[in-house]
Amino acid sequence: MSQLEIRNLHVSIEDKEILKGLTLTINQGEIHAIMGPNGTGKSTLAYTLMGHPNYTVTAGEVIFKGQSLLELEPDERSRTGIFLAFQYPVAIPGVTVANFLRSAINSRRRAANAEDKGMPIPEFRKMLKEKMDMLKMDHAFAGRYLNDGFSGGEKKRAEILQMATLKPEIAILDETDSGLDIDALRIVSEGVNALSGPELGVLVITHYQRLLNYIKPHHVHVMMGGRIVESGGPELALHLEEHGYDWIREKIEE
Amino acid sequence: MQEKPKVVVSRQRRTDSSARDFTFTAADVPASALASFRTSAWSAFQTRSIPLTTDEAWRRTDLRLFPAPDFKLPKLGAHEDLPPVPDELLKPLVGDQHGGQITLLAGGSQIFLEDALAKKGVVFTDFRTAEKNHADLLAKLIGQIVKPEDGKFAALVSALSQNGILLYVPKNVQVEAPLHSVLWGPGSDLAYFSHLIVYVDDGASVTYVHEAASPDETGHAMHAGVVEIHVGENANLRFVELQSWGRGVWNFSHERARVHRGGNLDWIFGAVGSRLTKNFSDLDLVGEGAQGRMSGFYFTDGSQHLDHDTQQNHLAPHTTSDLLFKGALKGKSRSVWQGMIYVAPGAQKTDGYQANRNIVLSEEARADSIPGLEILADDVRCTHGATVGKLEQEPLFYLKSRGIPQAEAERLVVEGFFDPIMQRIPFEGVRERFQQAITQKMG
Repeated sequence: MSQLEIRNLHVSIEDKEILKGLTLTINQGEIHAIMGPNGTGKSTLAYTLMGHPNYTVTAGEVIFKGQSLLELEPDERSRTGIFLAFQYPVAIPGVTVANFLRSAINSRRRAANAEDKGMPIPEFRKMLKEKMDMLKMDHAFAGRYLNDGFSGGEKKRAEILQMATLKPEIAILDETDSGLDIDALRIVSEGVNALSGPELGVLVITHYQRLLNYIKPHHVHVMMGGRIVESGGPELALHLEEHGYDWIREKIEE
Repeated sequence: MQEKPKVVVSRQRRTDSSARDFTFTAADVPASALASFRTSAWSAFQTRSIPLTTDEAWRRTDLRLFPAPDFKLPKLGAHEDLPPVPDELLKPLVGDQHGGQITLLAGGSQIFLEDALAKKGVVFTDFRTAEKNHADLLAKLIGQIVKPEDGKFAALVSALSQNGILLYVPKNVQVEAPLHSVLWGPGSDLAYFSHLIVYVDDGASVTYVHEAASPDETGHAMHAGVVEIHVGENANLRFVELQSWGRGVWNFSHERARVHRGGNLDWIFGAVGSRLTKNFSDLDLVGEGAQGRMSGFYFTDGSQHLDHDTQQNHLAPHTTSDLLFKGALKGKSRSVWQGMIYVAPGAQKTDGYQANRNIVLSEEARADSIPGLEILADDVRCTHGATVGKLEQEPLFYLKSRGIPQAEAERLVVEGFFDPIMQRIPFEGVRERFQQAITQKMG
């Protein structure tokens, strides 16, 4: 069973420390949610796990399947089975969704076997259509330039489409609910739920409880000041919905 | 992409500032039906010297190292002793056939034209044949749009071009299957001159692809070309020209298209080859409602130097021009795009656009982008934009986060950058060949 273990992680951007000793373990098959007010470092955690060059790890470790993730390039991390659904997916003008996904799949195949000729096109097309159907996406989507002129909902669906295609073992969903209306939220959540199971560990980052009505977490964590300050079961999210974060702040100060 | 000015320390000037001239003589002027045109072009050639960087149009393209005296005209049949044209270049553009195909070789040519088109009066042939079979037509059309007086190289081609292509589409004839020509120029120390005349008469339409190529060889060669295009009233021309000259080739061209009332020109340029290129492409919109689109891509690497000089001349009211040139640069290469939109007095309700976008992929490469407007009418819409930037970090990170390695992520972004222009090349085979060239250059 794959396990992502984050130990005492300290991260800075331009010499400003954002994560201050974060510790968290996610197992394949579990759904974790991290909640917390804005500016507590939730997105920093997501970007750091994926290896964004602007984030400097000053202390701590991230171990995935017994391997130190921090020594790997972002593409290598991806190929070990980590996936990040971005809060703000970047447009890649001129590169179609299909062309991009094929490159991503073939990169994996070539990394495993340098002689690999890539996934045959008919097989790829069939697979992509199935995944698009699952997410109720028009097949014409495959021919559009990636995230270029996509609506908020289309971008998030494209992220889940990538997740469905690349079959990660641990997926981090960074504010996947932001910018979604209720219908889009339902479709995206159904997609995530369809992919969930014993093969997939999920870390949902959100500051609203509403996403957790659709994606049911096993574990809920509260993040503040760059650390996990409270952990519990699904009832913690409901409690936060009702009472806000002040009681936790008071608890920390005590 | 951010504009990023770059400080460049220019190399030291050599003391002798003039380039060496050609050693051609009057005896090199072919004796033919075009003798009087060629003789006057020869005079124009003789009175002009190799352009210097003090000449504004040549300010960024220095010919002091151009070894003009080394170049000789290929002898008749010279192609038989040179590497043959690769089959790949001669593949039909669509399905298993084209309407016509001409291969211009050193001292020779091959010509094919569908009978059905010939019967409709379409002429698609080389100059040697045209001088025999269509002498009057050729004499009437040559030198009308690009004049020998336009420059040293225009005069040189007009006087000495041993061969060229005449495409004539009569009034109201719609040519469905595309026409294709290939200029294949292997060999060292050879001078290739090509003269293309494309005359699409009123109400006619055609798609024409011209490719110039040579293998990468040691040693040098040169090509100079003239392209004269006439798009008649309500006529339609899609003209694609692509160059993949070898690394030793010095390449020059003077091209001008004249579009008449209601005519439409879709003009596509692709450039990946040559040691040095200086290309002048002018679009003259001379009739009311004439339209022209100019799309270009270039990708330079090593020490290549490509200079494209474009001019969009709105000479009548209600004319529309739209130019987009995109370039990527690697190594120590350099590109220049210098473009001008000119709107003549009285050319009201004109819509002119020009944009040049560059991605500089290495520290030592340099792209110069110089847009310009000269507007002498008061009711017009003219806009332009020019950018020189690097590959952005965020798209690369995004692609890498999906398991795509750095080099391939860069290739995808650069291919994507060119894709909108590539899509304007109407033939998959040609598109693929140029995509391969890009892939190769990305390494």
